[in-house]
Amino acid sequence: MTPEVAETVEVSLWRGREDGRYQTFTVPLRQSQTVLDIVTWVQRHADPTLSYRFACRVGVCGSCAMTVNGKPRWTCRTHVSKVVDDGKLEIGPLANLPVIKDLTADMAPFFEKWQKAEGRFVPSQTRADNLAVVSPESAERRTADAAIECINCGVCYAACDTVRWNDSYMGPAALNRAWTLVNDVRDAGNRSRLSAVASDGGCHNCHSHQSCEQLCPANLNPTASIAGLKRRTMQAYIKGELG
Amino acid sequence: MNVRLYFLQRATAMLMVPLIIVHVVVIFYATRRGLSAAEILSRTRGSLGWATYYSLFVIAATVHAGIGVRTVSIEWGGLRPRSADAVMWGMGFALLVLGLRAVTAVVLA
Repeated sequence: MTPEVAETVEVSLWRGREDGRYQTFTVPLRQSQTVLDIVTWVQRHADPTLSYRFACRVGVCGSCAMTVNGKPRWTCRTHVSKVVDDGKLEIGPLANLPVIKDLTADMAPFFEKWQKAEGRFVPSQTRADNLAVVSPESAERRTADAAIECINCGVCYAACDTVRWNDSYMGPAALNRAWTLVNDVRDAGNRSRLSAVASDGGCHNCHSHQSCEQLCPANLNPTASIAGLKRRTMQAYIKGELG
Repeated sequence: MNVRLYFLQRATAMLMVPLIIVHVVVIFYATRRGLSAAEILSRTRGSLGWATYYSLFVIAATVHAGIGVRTVSIEWGGLRPRSADAVMWGMGFALLVLGLRAVTAVVLA
């Protein structure tokens, strides 16, 4: 079936590095077209030097986030019809991160902060032990589950005002991940993790603006996770448990 | 902002809630009753209660505002944390001196 080319959309794409500019292309509109489809069309039909990042195309891998008409979005699951404004689309790299080229942001600072928040599992048992039995109904597991489906896309990090204002702030994704581990009964790293998220770039910088919650493509609520970390670290601080 | 600054700022905020309420009620009382400056000073001078109350208020406001200005100077002023610490201590010192000077003026005979 040949798709109908009834209309076109005017697409401005960021080209170059931080000191780049927007370049405009006219792209045919198709039914159920995603923003990623638009970018792919430009690379295949108009300019093969366009750089962008994607992998799965189905909202699992978290690679294709970009700034679309001013807001960070997962482009593979964002329909053009939902975000087009007056027949125009402006697509740029994710905000709050260095630009490698065109639509490709450098995710290194994002993942470095993930490590700084100690967002990695610290085992409390060895492979010689039996599998841990964790009831899905337990309060800790429910709390962890509510925040676990993060795909590391960086949308929340790009949406966050506090990240924009303060370079040292770890950001919503890293702190959300730390919160899932704080509630993981198998994890043994909490003493050190709570100290890490209570330090200068940690959870207490969050102003609860909730842009992360509003734009998270996985419908998570990092602000709530950060509020949990604030409570937990405050309790630990008062008890003198923070290193 | 770290957990220690966060704790101090929230704790002083909680402490200031009743202090502000009493402060505002007293202002309304004094103006509605049309008290003169001399009448107000005759009640505050030599009063250990008012001296304690307003000294506590000044200390709480100093800590609270100093930490707040530190955050604002990092987030909106683009200062590095070390420079922001200097702003915090400078602001705190100024508020403490000005505030305690005002307290002594109304409570010391």
